Amino acid sequence: MSSVLYDVPGPKARRVSLIGSIVGAVAIAGLLWWAVSILAQQGIFEAERWAVFQIPDVWALIGNGIIATLTAAAVAAVIAFPLGLVLCLMRISDVAWIRIPTRIVLEFLRGMPVVLMMFFVLLVFATGSFVAVVAGLVLYNAAIFAEIIRAGIQSLPKGQREAGLAIGLTSFASRRSIELPQAIRRMLPSLVAQLVVLLKDTSLGYIVSYEELLRKVQIMADFLGPDYLFPVFFVAAAIYIAINFSVSRLAIWIEKRGSKKAAGGVVHVPVAGIPVK
Amino acid sequence: MDVIIENLPLYWDGFLRTLFLSVVSGIFALIFGTLLAAARVSPIAALRGFSMTYVEIVRNTPLTIAFFFAAVVLPRLGVTFQQFEVAAIIALSAYTSAFIAEAVRSGVNSVPVGQAEAARSIGMKFSQVLNLIILPQALRTVIPPMINILIALVKNSSVAGAFFVLELFGYGRQLANAHGDAVLWVLVGVAFFYLLITVPLGYFANLVERKVAIAR
Repeated sequence: MSSVLYDVPGPKARRVSLIGSIVGAVAIAGLLWWAVSILAQQGIFEAERWAVFQIPDVWALIGNGIIATLTAAAVAAVIAFPLGLVLCLMRISDVAWIRIPTRIVLEFLRGMPVVLMMFFVLLVFATGSFVAVVAGLVLYNAAIFAEIIRAGIQSLPKGQREAGLAIGLTSFASRRSIELPQAIRRMLPSLVAQLVVLLKDTSLGYIVSYEELLRKVQIMADFLGPDYLFPVFFVAAAIYIAINFSVSRLAIWIEKRGSKKAAGGVVHVPVAGIPVK
Repeated sequence: MDVIIENLPLYWDGFLRTLFLSVVSGIFALIFGTLLAAARVSPIAALRGFSMTYVEIVRNTPLTIAFFFAAVVLPRLGVTFQQFEVAAIIALSAYTSAFIAEAVRSGVNSVPVGQAEAARSIGMKFSQVLNLIILPQALRTVIPPMINILIALVKNSSVAGAFFVLELFGYGRQLANAHGDAVLWVLVGVAFFYLLITVPLGYFANLVERKVAIAR
């Protein structure tokens, strides 16, 4: 991992490190074994506990849940991104009476729990739970997208905007055709990382009783009885992890691909650090 | 509006509980997260692997699932709690520590190589390099993102309201059910108390960012 922090190990250090690794592995394995043995005492590993996953209906239910989760996330992302773009432009506008109110609104949206916004939309506007979930996600994530894109624009050299204005572009035209394309490309990894957050936050739909994956799974657990609690939630967690993990990998892939391109590239947190193997 | 003033004691109670959940989980998460980050850069492969796996799994799991495991599944496995607050604290600190670990790790990576090299060349051991040279500098770069994680923690604690803990959001739900005609004001009140924590913290993060920034 980090090669500067310690010497390239010699024979003695390698032995110590090996012993450390073995002791560490044994300790972790012991911890895991302890957890597993507790689970085993509860009969978690008996085949019948997991037999529910042979029933097609169970998978149909889970499939519906996944579709509902992905639908909410996709709709929210598609609305939130353009909205975030608009909010960002308003936030950095040259006109004070646009900039300052936008700033207050953004502060407000960022300081608010997403679940509270969903709940607010659900009760105050008496919408269905789908609209409530999407609205809550859109409001919050648009604010975050706006801040990410703003950070991207501010990370550009000043000359970009000055050059744009100097060749006679209006302020908006300079933003649109010079600054935004670079800023968005730079911030792509952060934007995709925020998508993972958005995906995870769809599970809050459970609280406003939107029938997404978690809700479906919970209904199933209620129906099957407490014995199936663990297997059912285990599978749900595994599905979430699989989906989010793929999206995270996508972010890393974009980052690698972006940094190869000469001009824009992606913004790195100062990487002049310890070499990463 | 009246509904807020009438129920001010409830709001205050919820506010304190939200604060309590955030502070306690925050402390646990800071400790555990820093340990995870140290394990991630350590020479012992088993610790590195454990830390990496933990962070990857937890970062990709929704908080609601973490709450389900802590509040519903754990009691079924024989770990029972007197209060649901304990389950909430377990879920929140387990979840937040993964993010803290990532922040600390990227902070460690942001310290210039020369610092570690210089420390190594005057004969410091791994633990000395980390404790005396790297961490004091890394923590400075890490503080602003860390505060942002803590702000997220305050907001995340609202999920506890859905798991029988009467914090701000929990009371908000209760009041919204009781005062169907004044839902708007009930929730505005809840929002106000959240902003009372998150907005000052956000300004604090900005302030610290300007103060501790090291010119390199």
